Amino acid sequence: MHLLICGGTGCTASQSLEIVDKFKAELKANNLEDEVQVVKTGCFGFCEKGPIVKVIPDNTFYTEVTPADTAEIVKEHIIKGRKVNRLLYLDPKEKEHVSDSKHMNFYKKQIRIALRNCGFINPENIEEYIARDGYAALGDVLANNNPTATIDIIKKSGLRGRGGGGFPTGMKWEIASKNHADQKYIICNADEGDPGAFMDRSILEGDPHSIIEAMAIGGFCIGATKGLVYIRAEYPLAIHRLQVAIDQAREYGLLGKDILGSGFDFDIDLRYGAGAFVCGEETALIHSMEGQRGEPTFKPPFPAQEGYMKKPSNVNNVETLANIPVIINKGWEWFASIGTEKSKGTKVFALAGQVNNVGLIEVPMGITLREVIFEIGGGIKDGRKFKAVQTGGPSGGCLTEKHLDTPIDYDNLIAAGSMMGSGGMVVMDETSCMVSITKFYLDFTVEESCGKCTPCRVGNKRLHELLDKITQGNGTMEDLEMLRELSHVIKDTALCGLGQTSPNPVLSTIDNFWDEYVAHVVDKKCPAGQCKKLMQYVIDPELCIGCGKCAKDCPVSTIKRTDYIAPGHKLASMEIDQSKCIKCGACQAGCKFNAISVK
Amino acid sequence: MINVTIDKKALQVPEGTTILKAARMAGIDIPTLCYFELNGMNFENKPGGCRVCMVEVKGRRNLAPACATDVTEGMEVFTSSPRVLKARKTVIELILSDHPNDCLQCEKSGDCELQALATRMGIRRIPFNGEQSTYKIDSTLSVYRDMDKCVYCRRCETMCNKFQSAGALSGVNRGFPSVVGTSFSKPLGDTSCINCGQCVQVCPVGALTLVDNIQDVLNAIADPKKTVVVQTAPAVRVALGEEFGMKPGEIVTGKMAAGLRRLGFDKVFDTDWSADLTIMEEGTELLGRLTKALAGDKNVKLPMFTSCCPAWVSFYEKNFPDLLEYPSTAKSPQAMFGAVAKNFLATKMGVKREDMVVVSIMPCLAKKSELAREEFAVNGNRDVDFSLTTRELAHMLKQCNIDLTQLPEEDFDNPLGQSTGAGVIFGATGGVMEAALRTAYEVHCKKPLPRIDFEETRGLEGIKEATIDFDGFPLKIAIAYSLSNARKLMEEVRAGNPNGYHFIEVMACPGGCIGGAGQPYHHGDSDIIRKRMEATYREDAGKPIRKSHENPDIIAIYKEYYGEPCGHLSHEQLHTHYFNRQSTVEFEK
Repeated sequence: MHLLICGGTGCTASQSLEIVDKFKAELKANNLEDEVQVVKTGCFGFCEKGPIVKVIPDNTFYTEVTPADTAEIVKEHIIKGRKVNRLLYLDPKEKEHVSDSKHMNFYKKQIRIALRNCGFINPENIEEYIARDGYAALGDVLANNNPTATIDIIKKSGLRGRGGGGFPTGMKWEIASKNHADQKYIICNADEGDPGAFMDRSILEGDPHSIIEAMAIGGFCIGATKGLVYIRAEYPLAIHRLQVAIDQAREYGLLGKDILGSGFDFDIDLRYGAGAFVCGEETALIHSMEGQRGEPTFKPPFPAQEGYMKKPSNVNNVETLANIPVIINKGWEWFASIGTEKSKGTKVFALAGQVNNVGLIEVPMGITLREVIFEIGGGIKDGRKFKAVQTGGPSGGCLTEKHLDTPIDYDNLIAAGSMMGSGGMVVMDETSCMVSITKFYLDFTVEESCGKCTPCRVGNKRLHELLDKITQGNGTMEDLEMLRELSHVIKDTALCGLGQTSPNPVLSTIDNFWDEYVAHVVDKKCPAGQCKKLMQYVIDPELCIGCGKCAKDCPVSTIKRTDYIAPGHKLASMEIDQSKCIKCGACQAGCKFNAISVK
Repeated sequence: MINVTIDKKALQVPEGTTILKAARMAGIDIPTLCYFELNGMNFENKPGGCRVCMVEVKGRRNLAPACATDVTEGMEVFTSSPRVLKARKTVIELILSDHPNDCLQCEKSGDCELQALATRMGIRRIPFNGEQSTYKIDSTLSVYRDMDKCVYCRRCETMCNKFQSAGALSGVNRGFPSVVGTSFSKPLGDTSCINCGQCVQVCPVGALTLVDNIQDVLNAIADPKKTVVVQTAPAVRVALGEEFGMKPGEIVTGKMAAGLRRLGFDKVFDTDWSADLTIMEEGTELLGRLTKALAGDKNVKLPMFTSCCPAWVSFYEKNFPDLLEYPSTAKSPQAMFGAVAKNFLATKMGVKREDMVVVSIMPCLAKKSELAREEFAVNGNRDVDFSLTTRELAHMLKQCNIDLTQLPEEDFDNPLGQSTGAGVIFGATGGVMEAALRTAYEVHCKKPLPRIDFEETRGLEGIKEATIDFDGFPLKIAIAYSLSNARKLMEEVRAGNPNGYHFIEVMACPGGCIGGAGQPYHHGDSDIIRKRMEATYREDAGKPIRKSHENPDIIAIYKEYYGEPCGHLSHEQLHTHYFNRQSTVEFEK
């Protein structure tokens, strides 16, 4: 019997490590430590309901477990064989407990390829990885000793870069393999930077060996003996697990000299990033690794021609690499059978925002946004209305109701005005102001721009200033035109992917939520009630009993008594002087008669 | 060859040509801002950052930077389509929206590449009103930094790091506040900056300018108590004319002397004269070291490096404190002139040291810092009081209503005005070496040179090497300009001098002093530097005397005052010593 406990960063923050310790203690107290193994795994994905504890072999999936629950699980489930119902997932529609995760809507439509081992194995134990066909692909590739054939498999599988660009991985390897040099590098891009995205972190935390294996395969294919992982220093757990995995792989002879007797030498080093978003761009990443300022340079030369230390280098994203060993093991035909015509396989998304089930999901390409948001995500929180979904991180676009049935793949998302990106997916409901949301994303890109090119350094700043002006109620229709025109120029002229895509939120919201912009500019209203400067707190004189509490609560003394006494009331009603109001909301929060509302 | 069509004009260009260069071959001038090259000197600043040179390439999703995109077979390029013009204008408007736009007061007005670009693109209004960057003003004795005006072209950074390997400037911050700055935002003077001023020479706008000393000099001239003497460096006379619309390479020695006299200087002298003096001292020092070395003295430091370039002096003081015994101890010609003027000349003229003001006209910004070295002063009174650049002299002449082109040719005053061709060529890379060889050969070999022109020391190659036959002794020499080249040679010396050099000349600036930071802006047109170089050698060839040791005034001053080169008095006045000025970073514990 096994107890699998999520050891990902999210659940760890909710005391999952204490849960591990408690279980061990409880089992020991019951003399069960030899019967039941406690395994700290990677992320299960259902972060909304974490910490997760899964019992094997009966696949019982406990949610929101606390250290205090461990005794009960051991006593009831393990000793007596009775499931602890209160810790099982409660289906919100059917109002029934679901014990096995495969019957939960959150998991039903998922296909876990890149995440195949996350939540199943102890990432710090190489043998568990090996037990699930780990390093078999590397063994095959080395035994066949035919890099061209392996590259061909990757090409035929249709795997495209999961970092956002969507460049065909096989083709990338092929180009790098054809450039000859005394030293080449294979680089894993683990500089995950989209706000709220944690796909790569979860893979590294939950299945680090898959990345090591894939890098070794890639190294063999392109002729690189050296691998480098560029990982942000803010991922201490991922760094730790990766380092443990590298050490173990070396110990097992799966890294180092003459791997598996094939004569192939390969080893991996870690390089830490300081968290600059732009360092996820491959040329900037390479400069950062070289000790230079992390800023992109014009391509060509591509890294495959002149990369790290001017040597041919191949940069792949974590999720891309995680797919490699499975493709080798199961064959390209299998992989290519999943997905759409031009986008094969699956994509991991970090589902976030106003949905019921937030977490990490892996879905086949071609699934619709509706399936993701309303089935996997369980719909919008508190029964509110869906408004928009942002894909592609800060450089993506906001899609609406009309895009809900679009099958998700690289090309469809771009056609819809957004992009795949690295897999951020933020769902918004009717309470979200699209102008403010756009400003938020621009905030991010302005902050994260490296500053090298004018359109991104100054242009994005000006976009942000225009958006700010609009949310302050000072915008004009000319400003909207300028927003649109400047966005197009920035897209057309910026140096790297960051700048070329940073106006996407502006353009997609202007296209899809034009009326909301106009409301801010012409009517000076924020329909979602988010823009403070455009809000008005108003006292309904008919409901106000004139108690005067609001006037006492008001920090800027802007509420005065009127002459009007509503029928049935004894005191005259209160009134807010809008010119002085700072919109803090203290009056509304304190009114016991619901007489104050926001307009 | 590659077939390409630019603005419907078909042409064939070699593979590896950028769209920018291909267009120029077709007579199409695509505007640029950050792009900068020193053609023929193998030096380029090509960050592709300003996005002014964007062009439309058929079939490409977005616009392409012409400076950084190579042409490909069949490429169709449009350099002025509506899409391109709109983008280019917007980019310039964006740059201007974060620029003070104080053109009327700006030192670069009229010489500013951004101003020219805005004029060319017909920018009449800046549609973006937003935040403007503000930074602290910073200044050394040579370089004035007003980073509010920085357009982040990175030319200065490239010059500082790639060309000079000085490492004082680099991009700091990110996003909107990105700017070229110093490490830990220290004042430039506290960094590894060597005050070469090449950052100023290449800055397209007024972010980096020189420290202006015109008023100091005007005040001195206006002071009746002061005797103001001026010296003019060799490279000034081949470039000053450019500021008055003359062609690069026109020699204006006589007109310049006349102009200086009109400005009211009491005596107009020539740094070429003290260059001859430098050769006597430095050449003698070299021969002394060689003689000792050949006699088996293991303590003699060879190769000897020249020491007339103050940026270079600063560079080795900051970067090679372990090799301070290698450079010649001879002061630079500017400093030697100052020492002679404030000692020998002042006595001879019956003027008190404090009442004499020595002004130098230099192609250089580093000279403004050099004159402030403490060891170049007596009781706080500097040997050289003020140093003006070629550009400042031009401004001063214009302020005083003097049109250089209309002036007659006049001679320098004596006794510090007569010079030889050897002194003249100090202005070009290899010139000091050639001048030294002319004298050292004849002194050492005690016979006249078979040929006076040393072709092996001339030209614009970054590092030149040669072996000169000194009557059977193979003298191994090297010549470098750009301190990154000098660094390579210093590293070699540090590694034991495997090439066995005896004498190495170093100048910091492109092509030597003729490409100095105080010269008229060349805006990357290295043909201008080439023309100045040709003029330098033309001036040399036209001189009746071309060897320093044959200068009668030099012979006279040794007879009358110094005794002999490297003698006691010349050691006191004409030689110096160096300090470890390696900058250190202190971290809080």
